[in-house]
Amino acid sequence: MEKRVTFRGWWLPALLIAPQVLISAVFFFYPAGQAIWQSLFIPDPFGLSSQFVGLGNFEFLLSDKFYRASFVTTAVFSILVTLCSMIPALFLAVIADRLIKGSGVYRTLLIWPYAVAPAVAGVLWLFMFNTRVGVVSWYLGNLGYDWNHVLNGGEAMGLVVVASAWGRISYNFLFFFAALQAVPRSVIEAAAIDGARFWKRFWTIVLPLLSPTTFFLLVVNVVYSFFETFGVIHTITSGGPQQSTTILVYKVFSDGFVGQDLGSSSAQSVILLIVVGLLTVIQFKFVEKRVHY
Amino acid sequence: MAREVHGMVEKRGAGLWLTHVLMILGVLVIFFPIWLAFVASTVTQAEIVRPPMPLLPGDRFWENYAAALFSGVNVPVATMLFNSLVMAIGIAVGKIVISLLSAFAIVYFRFPGRNVFFWMIFLTLMLPVEVRIVPTYEVVAGFGMLNSYGGLIFPLIASATATFLFRQFFLTIPDELAEAARVDGARPMRFFWDIVVPMSRTNVAALFVILFIYGWNQYLWPLLITTDPEMNTIVMGIKQMFPSGDDVADWPVIMATSILAMIPPVIVVVSMQRLFIRGLVDSEK
Repeated sequence: MEKRVTFRGWWLPALLIAPQVLISAVFFFYPAGQAIWQSLFIPDPFGLSSQFVGLGNFEFLLSDKFYRASFVTTAVFSILVTLCSMIPALFLAVIADRLIKGSGVYRTLLIWPYAVAPAVAGVLWLFMFNTRVGVVSWYLGNLGYDWNHVLNGGEAMGLVVVASAWGRISYNFLFFFAALQAVPRSVIEAAAIDGARFWKRFWTIVLPLLSPTTFFLLVVNVVYSFFETFGVIHTITSGGPQQSTTILVYKVFSDGFVGQDLGSSSAQSVILLIVVGLLTVIQFKFVEKRVHY
Repeated sequence: MAREVHGMVEKRGAGLWLTHVLMILGVLVIFFPIWLAFVASTVTQAEIVRPPMPLLPGDRFWENYAAALFSGVNVPVATMLFNSLVMAIGIAVGKIVISLLSAFAIVYFRFPGRNVFFWMIFLTLMLPVEVRIVPTYEVVAGFGMLNSYGGLIFPLIASATATFLFRQFFLTIPDELAEAARVDGARPMRFFWDIVVPMSRTNVAALFVILFIYGWNQYLWPLLITTDPEMNTIVMGIKQMFPSGDDVADWPVIMATSILAMIPPVIVVVSMQRLFIRGLVDSEK
């Protein structure tokens, strides 16, 4: 789509677009180019010179069992975060949708966690499950379950998943609720007259009508769990124990900044870049086509 | 008839009560972590380290919050709050201003290289700062912008979401308005200030809410570039308040800080709920 009516001149638009182009060039294109460039080199231990290795960093990464494990960890983590944030959100939205009055109050209360930063959410959940002072871990202990996410990788994963999914429930709730409100009442009522009970109506009419929203949220939540959960993991587990919660973004950080392995970190950035690209394409495809039943 | 059907779809009587009870249970479960943090911020350290801690607020509210705000652990929380505020507003305002200008240029002008710039901006949509942290850090360090507000803000406004939003919106502004402005001999910038900016008010406000929260909640970037505690933002500063060794964390102060860290974004979201939801839907679709 284009405007028919436009203004003349080239220096004014150039001036208008300059700040964004400048900032993108300096803080986006140059660093992104650097990431790609550095991924082809291995710096010597003193950082004085570096040796061109072509795709060596990538070959090494893809054969590195820690990196492959991090891929699996990321996949498990993002699937769990997506499920744990979407299912409760859909459930709450369905309940809220059945209320004629009061749903606004619930909505106001439910959007709180969205405003809580992932890193702060991490601290809140860490506090509840802290092995020394945590309330939940204390009650679990009383029930005979010895919670220790500092030593147990599965429990660590469970905790970062729940802490990451928590704030997302609000976000997903808002989208599901809006979509449910948009389902035409007449369709539901027609089904009700035909004697379809609530669950039957839900499975055969409402859920299919929600499919565009559901697919959209699936992609968005996967992107979220890939890239925006760093704060949760850094505050709760720092990637441990034994790297059991080291997702890909966390590994870029720990190899690049803690381990100072710039070649590998850059190669990881490039791989992530490809992953983001793929996810973006999928997202656009779904949003464009508006997936229907 | 209509009323009876209504009764079949929306819940009445016992069913209605059950629905409310389920909803309240859901809200309570979702809210519990925040409640617990609040309780912890109002009791003494002794009450927390001897579990289980109480589930109702204590009487140390003022002491704990004053301790957090004015002395903190490494740096007073008031300082971190101020830094977060500058960063969040800087990102929101900065991004809105550069996006309004560039979207205006792309929509209302034909100039050489327009498509190249458009695709250039489009590409920045795809790459979150988390992915290019090492080289971006080097750029910022090279400019001497570590531990500065500029270093906190600029790398995070290099993204095109807002530009796209404004472009979409500008395309819906009727051509007649630009035509009339041109006939009247109005200069482009006059049209921009008198027509385009006022018409974009709601979009600007909705975007401000989203960007404010985005900026406030940043973690990794401030963690990397603010080595000086005086420049820490509150969201990244909380983790720095935990002792590194085996010492016991000062939980009441840490939890008071957590509550303080969530108050500004919660106020923004709750008080501007409608704008917020609109901004959310717009910026994602």
